[in-house]
Amino acid sequence: MLVMSVIVFVGVYAIGNPLEVLIPPDAPQDVRDFIIARFGLDQPLWRQYLTFLVNVLQGDFGYSFVYNIPVLDLILSRLPATLELASFAVLGGAFIGVPLGVYAGYRPNASSSKAIMGLSILGFSVPSFWVGLILILTFAVSLGWLPASGRGDTVEIFGVGWSFLTLNGLSHMLLPGVNLSLFTLAMMIRLARAGTREIMLTDTVKFGRAAGLSESTILLRHVLKLISIPIVTVFGLELGTTLAFAVVTETIFSWPGLGKLIIDSITNLDRPVMVAYLILVALLFVTINLVIDLTYRLLDPRLGGRSA
Amino acid sequence: MTEPILEVTDLCTHFFTQDGVVKAVDGVSFSLKPGQILGLVGESGSGKTVTGFSLLGLVDPPGRIVSGSVKLAGEDMAKLSQKQLRQLRGRRISMVFQDPMMTLNPVLTVGEQIDLAIRAHNKMNKTQARELATAALTRVGIPDAETRLDSYPHEFSGGMRQRVAVAIAMIHSPDIIVADEPTTALDVSIQAQILHEMRNLARESGTALIWISHDLATVSSLAERLMVMYAGKIVEEGPTAAVLRNPRHPYTQGLLNSLPAMAEPGHPLQQISGSTPSLLALPPGCPFAQRCPNAQSACEEEVPLVQEGESAYRCHFPIGGTA
Amino acid sequence: MIFASHTPFGRFARQFLESKIAVGAFLVVVLILIVAILAPFIAPQDPYNQATLSLLDARRAPGHVGSGGYSHWLGTDAQGRDLFSAILYGLRISLKMGLLAGAIGLAIGATLGILAAYIGGRVEAVIMRIVDLQLSFPPILLALVLVALLGQGETQLIAALIAAQYAYFARTAFGAASAERSKDYIEAANATPLSQVRIVFRHLLPNCMPPLIVVATVQVANSIALEATLSFLGLGLPVTEPSLGMLISNGFPYMMSGRYWISVYPGFALIILIVSINLVGDQVRDQLNPRLRR
Repeated sequence: MLVMSVIVFVGVYAIGNPLEVLIPPDAPQDVRDFIIARFGLDQPLWRQYLTFLVNVLQGDFGYSFVYNIPVLDLILSRLPATLELASFAVLGGAFIGVPLGVYAGYRPNASSSKAIMGLSILGFSVPSFWVGLILILTFAVSLGWLPASGRGDTVEIFGVGWSFLTLNGLSHMLLPGVNLSLFTLAMMIRLARAGTREIMLTDTVKFGRAAGLSESTILLRHVLKLISIPIVTVFGLELGTTLAFAVVTETIFSWPGLGKLIIDSITNLDRPVMVAYLILVALLFVTINLVIDLTYRLLDPRLGGRSA
Repeated sequence: MTEPILEVTDLCTHFFTQDGVVKAVDGVSFSLKPGQILGLVGESGSGKTVTGFSLLGLVDPPGRIVSGSVKLAGEDMAKLSQKQLRQLRGRRISMVFQDPMMTLNPVLTVGEQIDLAIRAHNKMNKTQARELATAALTRVGIPDAETRLDSYPHEFSGGMRQRVAVAIAMIHSPDIIVADEPTTALDVSIQAQILHEMRNLARESGTALIWISHDLATVSSLAERLMVMYAGKIVEEGPTAAVLRNPRHPYTQGLLNSLPAMAEPGHPLQQISGSTPSLLALPPGCPFAQRCPNAQSACEEEVPLVQEGESAYRCHFPIGGTA
Repeated sequence: MIFASHTPFGRFARQFLESKIAVGAFLVVVLILIVAILAPFIAPQDPYNQATLSLLDARRAPGHVGSGGYSHWLGTDAQGRDLFSAILYGLRISLKMGLLAGAIGLAIGATLGILAAYIGGRVEAVIMRIVDLQLSFPPILLALVLVALLGQGETQLIAALIAAQYAYFARTAFGAASAERSKDYIEAANATPLSQVRIVFRHLLPNCMPPLIVVATVQVANSIALEATLSFLGLGLPVTEPSLGMLISNGFPYMMSGRYWISVYPGFALIILIVSINLVGDQVRDQLNPRLRR
């Protein structure tokens, strides 16, 4: 984490001088000096980093150059939107993708299975911004069924607004959510199919059949439990990837989340926001990996989560 | 004379692969009386396992039963729907596999797996099912069965795991159990135990056993009747003692000669020269002809099954001469 | 059969010809390549010569006959540019970026991977550690950060694409090379006075090539998609080099008012290109991976 923060900080510092963006070129020198001192830009790099590090440990990521409010507040205000969108996408992708994949693995030669696999290949190769455009064109412009931008009505819980609790908010979330879920969907289909295909050939399944278990029992009890281990792993990684892809989806659907914030920050050279965002993402990745490791122990008895 | 519980007539199970048709089981006929123990012996690839799967209607594509009939208590299994077949499996006929590592699901507790097997045929509540499962584990000789139900397969030894598999196969006291080399993957000392336990259990519940093995010695200590399979065909069958004492087919003789018990101390074991023919391109005549010490030109023609009292063999030039 | 089955290539080609989808996709890729290379000769209009553009023709629906006297089959964009021509030129730029990034990424990745596998020890640990770290990070995020770091422009963009992709090549080359290195004949070659360089070039590299080619096909498609995405986000190429992604981005504001064609047709071109490359790549992978062969 520490190494990560140094790399990010130095990297972002090298991007360019934010002064040119922040200060009008014709501003008088004393205004310039004031702004430079205000954001601590007159300090050498290592001083800036140290100050930054000390502040971060106290939960202070500094002030946004552009919005002039604490970065942490800024990010926290945008986080719920991204979190709910990403969760919606990942959960939706998994709940639809896994059954489809199991079916495709169970009947690998059926034409419906081939259609499912085609869908998964498309999900992998078609850029998500393009799918987003098509979704807007079809459901928002041509059919006019769903809104194409914004979050809609939100409900305040713990002081932050959530869209998924109102019907209007949900309808706003549907298109970006579907868009964002496609990659997860494709991944889940592929994984579940490969796992199911492999397991269907094992003696475990044959022994189950020989004991007279119905096919649905075999799929629901034996196969699903066995493929859950790789699926949980990928599910966690997908959450991270989905947060990254949210950058694209949020831009298309004007979803006021973190992704849109980072794009704006990049264009505006809003350094503290970029640094904080990247650290947050890195933190998320580490946390997710930790959670996956713990989940493993619950799922795979061989790892010694329970003993006899 | 009692009615046979199982009657197999001219069973043919073929695999339609990209390279051609593999006749894994090619015209197998036999019958089994209630409670009888039948040994099915052959090398790997002789079609004995496929025969076992065919009896349960569990042949996976590209394999298919192409002709012949399997009658369980007089009912032709080919005429049954998938659903009816499923209701027979586990209740009337079940199977134990070679490797208990592969058959039990590693991520479900033993109790859950027995529970699944119980409720496949019997609607009962959890407590009843658990009692039944405990009884079944106790019966196959697992101590402290009640608590062991909550263990996972990896917490059992190989022999214990196979006992669990046997308990699952016997949970509904089926008419027939097909045991496909259930002791091969186990330690020798455990092998004998399991062997005897299974025989006793079968005797208690009146279950008939079809014991599939490549090991003639194991089977002959157990089975009342022996069938020797080679390249998809039954080449010899008869009461165990008769087959052992007086083998008619040269292949059976070869198998017997290769047993360590038959060899004189200090002499090398005899082996059958050559190897199993490819099932893709079997000659029309005797499949053993190329490896047979007694082969003559007549062996290239179709060999009929010769009945001889309670025995039968498929050879033009049987050992000891034709009757 | 045109291809003799006794040469490895002949066998490969024959097997490839058996898959109709792959052959179709391959033909599409070839066709797109030809069209893109010959764009200046095929396109009815030079879309970036301001003199030929007329605002009278702006945002016209497909089939409109413009002031140039020919019909715009795919319509025109906000500047009155013939979209068909713009797509042809856009394909050119997208392909150029994809191929360049793919080729350089291949070179860098393969070098690192083979070096790591050949030298082993600490070099291997350092290189593969970095590579694995990068693989766990979504490429889009990486490219985004790099574009932000390096600024915008063609060179910067290619650098970002390479940085986002080279790790896949390195992983693949490392896997193949280290598997090959442990084989006896490399040991034997080490024992003879063959120079180290020769071992690398004559033995390790050729054995890494098949899997690398597969990764390369997929990565070219990914680079094109990534470049389009970055361009769409406004972080891609400068306006003077409009790739497909930028064409789509330019049309986006007009989509809400029903002028779908400005975005949709460049998008179709992009999708056809990417999906075709992926289909070819899938087939090649299946053929080279003996585990999948039945």
